[in-house]
Parts: sequence; structure tokens; C-alpha cells
Amino acid sequence: MKTIKLLAAFLLANLVFVSCSDDDSSPEPVNEEETITTMTVTLQPTGGTAITLQSRDLDGDGPNAPVVTVSGNLAASTTYSGSIVLLNETETPAEDITEEVEAEDEEHQFFFVTTGNIASVDYTDQDGDNNPVGLTFDLTTGDAGNATLAITLRHEPKKPNDGTLSDAGGETDFTETFNLTVE
Amino acid sequence: MKTLFFIALVAMSHFFVAAQECNNVLKGQVTDYHSKLELDDATIFIIENNRETKTNKNGKFRFDDLCSGTYQIEVSHPECTTIIVDVQVQGTTNIDIKLEHHLEELDEVDVVGDAIRNKTKSAQEEKLKLKTLELYSAGNLGDALKELGGVSSLNTGANIVKPTIHGLNGSRVLILNDGVRMQDMEWGDEHAPNIDINSAGSISLIKGASALQYGGDAIGGVIVMEQAKIPVKDTLYGKTLLSGVSNGRGGNITSELTRAFGGGWFIKGQGSYKRLGDHEAPDYILSNTGVQEIGASLQFGKNLFTWGWDARYSYYTTEIAILRASHIGNVDDLIRSINNGEPEIIRSFTYDLQNPRQEVKHHLGKLRFYKRFEGLGKLNVQYDFQNNRRFEFDVRRGEEDDRASIDLELTTHTISTDFKWDAKEDYKLQVGLLGRYQDNFANPSTGVRRLIPDYNKYDLGAFVTGEYRVNDQLLLEAGLRYDFSQIDADKFYRTSRWEERGYDQEFQDLVVQDLGTDLLVNPVFDYHNVSASFGLSNYFQDGSNLKFNYALAQRAPNPSELFSDGLHHSAARIELGDLRIDSETSHKFSASYHKKFDHWGFNIEPFANWISDFILLEPADVEFTIRGAFPVWEYRQTDARLLGVDVNVEADWLSNLNSEHQFSLVKGTDTENNGALINIPAANFRNKLTFTKPQWNDFEVSLVSNYVFRQNEVPDNIMVFSPEQQEEVLLEINTPPDAYHLLGLDSQMKFPLGKSTVLTTALRVDNILDIRYRDYLNRQRYFADNLGRNIILQLKLNY
Repeated sequence: MKTIKLLAAFLLANLVFVSCSDDDSSPEPVNEEETITTMTVTLQPTGGTAITLQSRDLDGDGPNAPVVTVSGNLAASTTYSGSIVLLNETETPAEDITEEVEAEDEEHQFFFVTTGNIASVDYTDQDGDNNPVGLTFDLTTGDAGNATLAITLRHEPKKPNDGTLSDAGGETDFTETFNLTVE
Repeated sequence: MKTLFFIALVAMSHFFVAAQECNNVLKGQVTDYHSKLELDDATIFIIENNRETKTNKNGKFRFDDLCSGTYQIEVSHPECTTIIVDVQVQGTTNIDIKLEHHLEELDEVDVVGDAIRNKTKSAQEEKLKLKTLELYSAGNLGDALKELGGVSSLNTGANIVKPTIHGLNGSRVLILNDGVRMQDMEWGDEHAPNIDINSAGSISLIKGASALQYGGDAIGGVIVMEQAKIPVKDTLYGKTLLSGVSNGRGGNITSELTRAFGGGWFIKGQGSYKRLGDHEAPDYILSNTGVQEIGASLQFGKNLFTWGWDARYSYYTTEIAILRASHIGNVDDLIRSINNGEPEIIRSFTYDLQNPRQEVKHHLGKLRFYKRFEGLGKLNVQYDFQNNRRFEFDVRRGEEDDRASIDLELTTHTISTDFKWDAKEDYKLQVGLLGRYQDNFANPSTGVRRLIPDYNKYDLGAFVTGEYRVNDQLLLEAGLRYDFSQIDADKFYRTSRWEERGYDQEFQDLVVQDLGTDLLVNPVFDYHNVSASFGLSNYFQDGSNLKFNYALAQRAPNPSELFSDGLHHSAARIELGDLRIDSETSHKFSASYHKKFDHWGFNIEPFANWISDFILLEPADVEFTIRGAFPVWEYRQTDARLLGVDVNVEADWLSNLNSEHQFSLVKGTDTENNGALINIPAANFRNKLTFTKPQWNDFEVSLVSNYVFRQNEVPDNIMVFSPEQQEEVLLEINTPPDAYHLLGLDSQMKFPLGKSTVLTTALRVDNILDIRYRDYLNRQRYFADNLGRNIILQLKLNY
């Protein structure tokens, strides 16, 4: 008799458990706040039209590769003052990630690797510890010809570092290589 | 009339007692509880007057000339459990005594400790006893199991250790925790079993799917963790074990207390706490590899031979810091880490657990009831509840460090029942039913796309297993099981991914809602799986034993294999599941031959496992994102073959010097592409030399040598485009590390501190020579060396 009672209690308990945990509401979509979808680099010569370089990947980690655009050719032996804007365009309105990088500039740094006819890239900004950040920079072109400019944003790099990616370490938040023509 | 009779009775009994006449007779019969057969040669001993007799051929006995009164008699039989019964003797008293005639049926037998019975009769099976488990008190389940042949582990550092049996792990290895199948998101490579090793009394390991009562999908095997038996007598006992660990500069404390009563009632509590800081490799600190673990359980019930029930609740929580240097951004970061040879981030020692880290909580509740029916068998009914909550914290930008990137909650309810006919000596039959409901909730507030979607899962299972003893030498066993499972998920796909996978051609009808860049999809998939097992065990005249087993097992794909869709920072890879994946089917043949001579013995266990539609995760492609290039790892199905052998030799050299030698080999082949399978453990050779001297406080010392070969059979490396180097480079993710040889030492002594108190001290040293090495099955091998020397000192108090 005891047995049956206990058994009944068991089954009942189970029934209650199962029946109350059934919910069929559809899930909410996730708001991806940290994704960077777009990097826009503006190269402004003193006088003249600015050149913009953009890398844009609206599906984030999805299968589509970023779309890279360069608005025009660079002039030879010219110094451009560069600035970088990062956006998260999966949100509307687009979220400005540049502000987050600025706020945590000790933990971030842009690295510029060039080939071909770019003479130099120099940082023009500093974080609180007087180390470079790279949200703004000066780019000086050399003679006419082809060039590449690779821009990489590292999170938590070693700071200070010798300016190379391998010495800095950290994690890559964003990287893109732009093919440029200097004329 | 009644009253009168009663008065007469009272008066009479008074008269008898007063008279103390000593011409009473006690007679009776002793029978087997299950088969009702009469037991001859059972000893009947009257404790009060030291008189003793034995039963005759018909199980009968008789004592003459007894004084009237109450006696305690002890009934024993060589093949049965001894019992004590109270009997009132008056005139000629007749009693029937039923003895439990199954020594292997230890469920309710009066012993404490590590007596374990086999779960199967024909499969390859090994056991870890309490004594060995205690040595790993400050370690984890996966490490302890590696003491057994054929077991290795898939690690993520030293704290996340997934047991691997004959080359298979994760969803292919079932873990039964005190009769409850663990539901702790075992589908993730970096998810360790959520179990406190200190809560187990013993562990059995079945290498294969032959134990159908536990599930039909154990293509790798089953790990059965059991509680120590609690005696049916009035007693109170416990133990406390304290371990100090040098590598990690911390330790572990565990304590348990059991109170049992003569009436079968018992209550047992257990708790443990572990805390370690950063681990150390021989040359550097492994920054951010600390761990904290808390386990507690409470169990109570009534435990009689004929019926009983018990309730158990256990709680386990762990917080595991993941090597900081293993969190990387893209394929260039991975190449850099592989080339560096040393982790990029080495900080000074700390106990802090920083990001990346995991935090897991597991609740387990169980109610079990059993009843034994005389001459028939035993009925079991069980309900269990599990809740598993997993947080994974990444290195994030902004003030996001305390916000998890992964937040999953898995809730499982299971009800199961089985009946075992064990009354007959020559055959046994067990049938069972199971129903399970599971709910997974992926919290959207993480701000990171869900790696695993919300889903509901329903399982129904039914099995029948039986064994037949043909004669004293030969035993046959067979089983059949059917499992139905349905998974009903709600998942968001990026529209671009949905189309890239070709799902818009095949699964467009599953789309519930189109959000522009995303689609909400509701896949509902059913799986019907059949598993079967057949085996035999034969004892030869010379004492050797041959076992053979064939197991057919089918496993439905797990949520990760179906739905994975995202970036794994720890591996710098994009992992993609596939909705088209169907169940995999394994045919495993295994044999085991055991022979023991006077001074040595051996055990040889070959196996062959053919798996059709084997589900595996392999690098397939490269994708570009804003963060750079990532290898894409895709789940796919292929036909695979695993061949291997475990050999075990034991030898007694002197009365107090013996040695054990173990060799394990697994070869995994993708038979469709004729290539090597990924993550197959390398061959290993383990030797142990033990010296014992019982006179010196049970002194025991062992030297352990473990040689792990280089895994030469690995899939090819892949070529990826490196944006940093502006060219295609070889990504050496499949290059195996070199072979290594580790030396270890175990020693212990016992000191009695009173009537029932014993202090045991143990010293254990791992990697004595502090050698540098990396292991093929450690997911952090790209980033850092394995642990250096580790000294563990243990104090155990039994009371």
C-alpha cells in the first residue's frame, strides 16, 4: 500500500514538473553590440579632395567577405592627414565604435603596414600613457606607383611596442589591406 | 470469549516464562529468496548460547532442548549474505529463513567500500576503486579515468578534461552519476563533465555500447559512477580528505558523513571545495588557469532488502579560468602563437580568475524507489531532474567583462522504470522504459549571437536485455533497445549563411519569420534509433576467461552538430553545424582474453569499430571577415573505422614488489577519403612498479612511467591566406607535438589513531623531472606547454 502511494506521488510530481516548464514563445533576436562592420579611413591632403578607403562587412562573421572600396588615387610625395571611423551597422542607427576605442585607448592600437610607394605612416595621437593609438595619423606618399596599406586594430596589445604586429601581440579586432595607386 | 482467551494466553505465557522449562524446539528451513530453493550447508548459530548447527540437504535444521525466550540467531551460507534474526522460542517454534543468494547483487548488501559488480558480462569493462579515486581528490574525473587502459582525454588546459574512450568522447561517452545520465552540455569540446570526483564511491567503465540499460548511443562507452553502499545497521562514519597541490598553489578539502540505522534508514552528506591559482609549465606561469570548484550532495532514504527508496540532491559549481594567451583574434594571431613557442601573455602568479573564463552550475535531484518481489525480481522507478547553467566570459571591449558571451540553461526531466527478473539461476531478464524532456534556453542578453539555439527535446526509450548461463563455463547475453528523439529548435540564421549553406533550397519551409538580414527558423527533426548487443563469456578449465561482444549503436546528432553557427575565439575558427546531419551507426566488435598464472597475468583486449555516417568536425574552408581570415570548421558525415588494442600485464616479482604494464593503441581512419581521423589519441605505454611493506604502517610506494608516442596519423594541414603576410601560408593546426615521457610517484602510509579512526597520508608527484611537453589532445597545445612538476600531499582521516 505504502508502495503504491509513493509511486503515485512520484508520477504526480513528474507530471507537475513537466507540464509547467513548457513554453513555446519564440526567442528574441540578439542585439550584437560589439561587432564592427565598417572601417572608413579618410585621407585628407592640405587642400584638395579627401580620399576614403572603406572596408564593410554587413554580415559580420557570416559567409560574405568584406567589400573594400577606395575612392581614388593618391598623389605622389604628398602628406595626408588620416583619420579612422569604426561603425557597427547591424544596429539602426549605426553605432559609432570609434568612441569605445577612444575611451579605452590604452587597450587598443592601430598598426599600419605598407608596401610599395608609401614613404611613411606616423601616429599623430597618443593614449594616456603617451603611447600611440592610430585613430589619427599622417601618411606620406613616395613616387608614383603601386602601394598597399594594411590597417590592423589590436585589442590588448603589449604597449609600448616596437610598432610591429608581432611584437605587439593581442587580438585582432579588425584588419584590412587596401590596394592603392600613387600617381 | 475473545477476552477470556486473551487472559488465558497471558496467564499461560507467564507460566511458561516463569517455569523456564528448557525443552523447547526451534526448527525451520533456509531457502533462497529468489529461487525458493532449499539451501543446504547453511550455518545456524544461536548467539545467546553459542549453539550451532547446519542445514541438511532439504535446507532444514533443528535445535532441541532450548529454554523458552527470545534468541538472536545468525544464519550464514558460503554463497549468501549473513543475516541475523530475532526469534521467540516457545514450545515447538518453526521459522522460515530466506537468504539472499546472489553475492554479486550488492545493491542492498551489508558492505561499505569498493565492492563493485560488473555492469555487463561480455563487454570490455574496467573499474576504478575508491582508493584510486581518492588520489585524484584534487584533480578531476578525466584524469582519474586515464589510469585505465584505452582511456585518454581531450583537454582544454589542465582543468577541462573530457574523458575519451577508444578514441571517442563528448556525446559518444555517457556518464551515469548515481543512476542519472548527466545532461551537462557534453557536446562542447571545452565542456568538462560537471561532476565532483569526490562524490563517487567507485567508477565502472564500459568500453562500448553494450550496456543498453543506460542508453543506446554510447558509441564510445559508458562511465558509471556509483555511491558506496550504505550498511543496514546502526552506525555513524565519515571521512575528511585534505590535499595540498604545489602546481596551482592551492588544494582541496572534501568531507563526508554517513548515518545509518538498523531499520534501513540512512542519511549521507558530502561536500568539497577546491581552489587553485595559475598553473605552471616548467618555464613559465600559465597565466589565467586557476579554478574554483564546490560540490555538495545530500542523500537519504530507506534501504531494505525487499524494498526501499532514496532521494538525492547534488550541487556542483565550477569557475574555470582559460589560458589568457589562448584567446585570439584571427588566423594571423593563431599562426603567431604557433610560431612563438611560448604564450604571448605571461604575467605573475595570481589566484584571480579573469576572462576568458567559464562558470557552470549543475543541480541534480533524484528520487528512486525499488521493490523486490519474492521469487520474481526487482522493480525500479526513478525520476530525476537536472539543471545546467553555463556562462562563458570572453575578453570584450567596453565595460562588458562581467557580461557573459555565452549564457545557456539546460533543464532536463527524466522518468525511468525497469524490472529485472533474477529469480532463476541460469537466466536473467531486464526490461525498461524511459521518458525524457529537455529544454535549452539561450539568453539573448549576452549581446553575442547564440552559438546554440533554444530548443526542446523529447526522448523515449525502451530496452530489453537478458543473460543466459549455458553451463558453469559459458554465459550468453543479448539486448535490444529502441530510442525515439525529437528536437524542436528556434534558431536565427543570417540570411547570407542560410543561402550559402543551400538551406533555402531544402529547408525554406522551416522559416517562421524573415527579419531582413536574419531569418527565424523552426526545425523539428525526429530520429529513430535501434541498438543491440550480443556477447558471450567463457571460463576455460585453466582459469582463463574469454569474452566477446558485438554492439550495434545509433546516435542522433547533438545540438552542436546540427546548429553550431559562429566564431570560436579559443580556436580562431568558425564552426558550422549542418541541418542535414542524420544519426550515425556504429558496429563494434570487441574481445577480451584474461589469463592469470602464479606470478603474473595478462589481459588483452582488441576492438574494431566501424561507424557509418560518423559525424566529425574538420577544417573545410576559409572565410574572410572584418577581423581577418578564419578557417571554417564544418561538421560532416563520413564512414570511419577505429581499430585498437589494450594490453595489460601484471607481475609479482617478490612478495612485496609487483608491476603493472599497460599499452593502448587506437587507429582511426576516414574510410571514405582514406585519411586519418582527427583527434585520435596517440599510442601510450604506462608502467608502474609498486613496493609494499604492510609492517611499516601499510607503506606503499609506486613509481609510474608514462610514455606517450607521437601521433603520426593526422589529417593534413590547411593553406590559408594571411592578410598580415599577404600570401597563402600553411596553417599547422594538425601538426602533432612530439612524443613525451613522464615519471610520477605515489606513496602512502596509514596510522591508526584509535578504535575506528585511521589517518592516511599520501604523497604524489607528477612530472617529477619537470619536462616540457605538449599533448596532441590538448586544445591549448598551440599556445603553451603542459603542466610542469606537481607535488600533492594528502591527509585522509577515516572515522
